[in-house]
Amino acid sequence: MIDTALASACRLIAGATAEWRCNPDSPAQRIYFGNHSSHLDFVVIWSALPWRRRRHARPVAGGDYWQQGRLRRYLASDVFRAVLVERESSSGDRAERARAAVEQMARAMGQEDSLIVFPEGTRSANGQMGPFKSGLYHLSRARPDAELVPVHLENLNRMLPKGESLPVPMVCRVTFGPVVPACPGERKDAFLERARTAILQLEARA
Amino acid sequence: MTLIQDPSLKSLILGVLALLVFASVAGWILDRRVSSASARATVDNINARIRAWWLMALLFVVAVSMGTIVSILLFATTSFLALREFVTLAPTRPGDHRALFWSFFVVTPIQYFLIWMQWYGLFSILIPVYVSIFLAIRTALAGDTERFLERSATNQWGLMICVYFVSYVPALLMLRIPGYERQAPALMFFLVLVVQLSDVLQYVWGKTLGSRRIAPSISPNKTWEGLIGGVVSATALGTAIWWATPFSPGAAALMALILTTMGFAGGLIMSAIKRDRGVKDYGTLIGGHGGVLDRIDSLCFAAPVFFHLTRYFYVP
Repeated sequence: MIDTALASACRLIAGATAEWRCNPDSPAQRIYFGNHSSHLDFVVIWSALPWRRRRHARPVAGGDYWQQGRLRRYLASDVFRAVLVERESSSGDRAERARAAVEQMARAMGQEDSLIVFPEGTRSANGQMGPFKSGLYHLSRARPDAELVPVHLENLNRMLPKGESLPVPMVCRVTFGPVVPACPGERKDAFLERARTAILQLEARA
Repeated sequence: MTLIQDPSLKSLILGVLALLVFASVAGWILDRRVSSASARATVDNINARIRAWWLMALLFVVAVSMGTIVSILLFATTSFLALREFVTLAPTRPGDHRALFWSFFVVTPIQYFLIWMQWYGLFSILIPVYVSIFLAIRTALAGDTERFLERSATNQWGLMICVYFVSYVPALLMLRIPGYERQAPALMFFLVLVVQLSDVLQYVWGKTLGSRRIAPSISPNKTWEGLIGGVVSATALGTAIWWATPFSPGAAALMALILTTMGFAGGLIMSAIKRDRGVKDYGTLIGGHGGVLDRIDSLCFAAPVFFHLTRYFYVP
């Protein structure tokens, strides 16, 4: 109920038209990875998914933001079933935290869930995609069975720019690209570059 | 629910339904007879347009028959969607964000609320005077001077076209014309029907006879044959339904002529904006037509003129 209403509200504000270059209704477990420019990014991807897939798509989000306040906690845990991870910027051993986060994500996928992740790790200020952190690489190696689907989001940075808390309606476009094939034994940098290029190609063709 | 009490409005609605049935049958026949690939694309587009017309006509008819509030809500939603398309194309920067938020969530509701209150004095000046001043101040306070003039002018024009002009359609419901007291919905129906029929007829005449382009740099589809054929036939139809309006047959003809001409101008202006921004359509919300703004462009520029002419000549 609430998730359907929320998805409709999101489509009204974002007017998101989804374009699919892979099978939208595939039962395969997937890792949707997109460019990150606003807090609404994962909601827009989430509401663009077919209803049956939406129930199995879990966004990965920063625990520091989503654990503040009852409403956010409720939305994160009950509606989106978000996987809340500690950010790398938190104190402590960074490499250790990153490893723990990847492990947590891989476990959260379980037998039938998909993930929505943003490999840049943080929102870009100007809409230009930044470099990818290594999390996506480690995640793809931990879950080699999952399909990697690149997602390009257009206009989200104009809808809710960094530093603003209220969105302005925009006609946004969500493009789901073809599945990025796995290359066993590929080096980390080459993999991340290939994944990032997959999103840039969607941008160029959009 | 206010049932439709005005018999002439009932006749207009039945007429529209008959037209839609006729269009669907014609589309079906075209679909069966077409063979070449290019004609196939055109016919598919025509049939998509006809399907969308059914939906839009049903929405409009239901809103009109449910009364003033639902009619106002329909056009408020239309304004919201149109403004969303306009702002998407506008060259906005983060410094416009707050002003745009006000436009969508404060200015638009207030404008339609004033129409519901029938406060003519304020509804007619809110956006051109107060909002244009306030939004310019809000944008200036954001401190971003890059392309400031272009941005604030664009945002103001977006509100004028998508909200202010569109709100004149339900504003017709507040006009108290002697001898025509309970028939304002029919007047609104007359405006929308004549303008949209003119669009359709210009398209039909243009597709069948059109060859001499009016403004090839703006729109390859607007031809003199389409314009003249569309304006003449839509004016004739507008004259033929004078009995639903407070106008005499002669006045109805003149009104319909003005509406169709303004509608054409509106389509031309909105096409020029699209060429400027490098897009073909404002959106994809209405199958076969494009976006909401693609469909209501002619209405935007016809409605305010129609409102003020009617008010000046028919409201004491």
